[in-house]
Amino acid sequence: MDRGKRNFLKIAGLTGVGAYVGLKGVQAIGNKGTKAKKKLALVIDTRKCKGDCPDCITACHREHNVAERHNPNFKGPGPKAAQGIKWIWVSTFAGAFHEQIHERTGKRKEPVVVLCNHCDDPPCTRVCPTGATWKRKEDGIVTIDMHRCIGCRFCMAACPYGSRSFNFSDPRRSLKAVKPGFPTRTTGVVEKCNFCVERLGEGLLPACVTACTKKAMHFGDLNDKNSPASKALMGVHSITRKPILGTGPEVYYVL
Amino acid sequence: MLEKALSGSKTYWAWIFALLVLIGIGAGFYLYQLNEGLVVTGLNRDVSWGLYIAQFTFLVGVAASAVMVVLPYYLHDYKAFGKLTLLGEFLAIPACIMCMLFIFVDMGRPDRIVYVFMHPSPNSVMFWDTLVLSGYLGLNAVIGWTMLNAERKDTAPPRWVKPLIYLSIPWAVSIHTVTAFLYQGLPGRGFWMTAIMAPRFLASAFAAGPSFLILMVLLVRKFTKFDPGNAALRKLGQIVTYAMFVSVFFFLMEVFTVYYSNIPEHKHHFWFLFVGGPLYLKGAMWLFVALAVIGLAIMVNPATRNNITTLAVGAGCIFTASWLEKGLGLVIGGFTPNPLGEYTTYTPTFPEIAIAVMVWCIGFLILTVLYKVATAVKEEKALS
Repeated sequence: MDRGKRNFLKIAGLTGVGAYVGLKGVQAIGNKGTKAKKKLALVIDTRKCKGDCPDCITACHREHNVAERHNPNFKGPGPKAAQGIKWIWVSTFAGAFHEQIHERTGKRKEPVVVLCNHCDDPPCTRVCPTGATWKRKEDGIVTIDMHRCIGCRFCMAACPYGSRSFNFSDPRRSLKAVKPGFPTRTTGVVEKCNFCVERLGEGLLPACVTACTKKAMHFGDLNDKNSPASKALMGVHSITRKPILGTGPEVYYVL
Repeated sequence: MLEKALSGSKTYWAWIFALLVLIGIGAGFYLYQLNEGLVVTGLNRDVSWGLYIAQFTFLVGVAASAVMVVLPYYLHDYKAFGKLTLLGEFLAIPACIMCMLFIFVDMGRPDRIVYVFMHPSPNSVMFWDTLVLSGYLGLNAVIGWTMLNAERKDTAPPRWVKPLIYLSIPWAVSIHTVTAFLYQGLPGRGFWMTAIMAPRFLASAFAAGPSFLILMVLLVRKFTKFDPGNAALRKLGQIVTYAMFVSVFFFLMEVFTVYYSNIPEHKHHFWFLFVGGPLYLKGAMWLFVALAVIGLAIMVNPATRNNITTLAVGAGCIFTASWLEKGLGLVIGGFTPNPLGEYTTYTPTFPEIAIAVMVWCIGFLILTVLYKVATAVKEEKALS
């Protein structure tokens, strides 16, 4: 074989191998995080929840030692309120669904409860440079390893729902009471709703669902037809936040 | 060769001392930030990246712009840039280091930085950015140092440098492309969701970087006997002119797309930056427009571009304009309004600014030392 031919074959072969590996890599990245065994979801019935009581927020934040405001004794220069932490909070209807409302949306303009959507294909886990946040294969919960998070806040930029908070200061200094059993966090890491993974392990429902006196929240596995979440979605009109982005939110709002 | 940085005039030492003082002050504020957390900055839940990451983004461009002198000289054998290439490569080194430092000071848990290497995550653009940036730093350090050494010893540079130089050309493009990917691949951030983000980054980088180089050459010429020549300066002026026109053209394409399509989610960011935002930001954005226009007016006219004094003014305008747009507006504008359509004002705090100034001063210190060594070697050569 002459040299030219051999070189051509070499290059062609290498290109082929390179293209295959590249394609597989892109596919692997594209498929990552989908196909959970369980599909845990939260259904919020906005016919019952008017976003006018703090029960779910109080329960959640107490359960998880959430420092809603940063250290009140700190006399530093930063913007106080905007540096706080929220796992679940109340937004205007327009804020949560601004692409789905119009001037005469009418009574559906009432505030709604918003939280992490535990997306099917979460952009936040895709961008994490240390693998500190990921979607659990077994149940689809998007979780964070607080010990691996480096606090780069790329996930906060990537989340299209504003569901992630950062510990701008030491949360332990601003907590009035610490509930034992759930770890407090340190300065400089990101946190968010974890669908009460620690309670699910004990066979309990998420704290917000239990705390809701209006019975407006339904939690369960959407792969199981008989779960409360599946039943709550049956025969009603429900929406999710920003479905157009393809993230596949697992928090549903019944209208 | 580094010993050449240890002897200098009174002005040289006064400059070094001034930089060290500012670095010291910034370091004090950094300790404060380390102790209290990022609560000492103006950053918040909605605008979670600010001054630091904006500086990082801008400086990646300055680093990449070395290619604008390397490419004409090595690929097109453009002789007038012969004396300039080293200054370009030596500018890229502190620019890369500043980028890394800005990422570092922005981290919530800098003590965990090794996790980026312990748990490499190829699905994260930040992983690739770390790779390409450190690679580019290495390339420029090796190339610059080897070329300078060869020049000092009056020998031909070793043969293995050539492939590295050729590699550094696409590599320069890659660093700014990957940096743009940090932004343009994020769903739900209308301001950044544009396929021309990377081209825009490159265009503004190729305007700002060579502008900065023009100013640096003028300073070098003022303080040393080393002179890369007026021809090189004027050619740099031409490069800046083309790049800035492309940059402004790209910006106007964004404005057209956003306003003609009339999509609120995309319009709100522009409205915030130019009309609705805090005074300092509005002022910065309109100053960007004014400086871009004035800079281009100076640069497009051959008479003012070829006059070294007005060229310096034009370069200053364009550098500042690019900094305002990319080193300030791009990041803040992208985060405001937040995904829920709410407007949270971000204003950098004094500690934050002092820390940013510290990083810039570290960059200037490295740049000064490198330029000192380079010009000392070149002066020696000129004398012998």
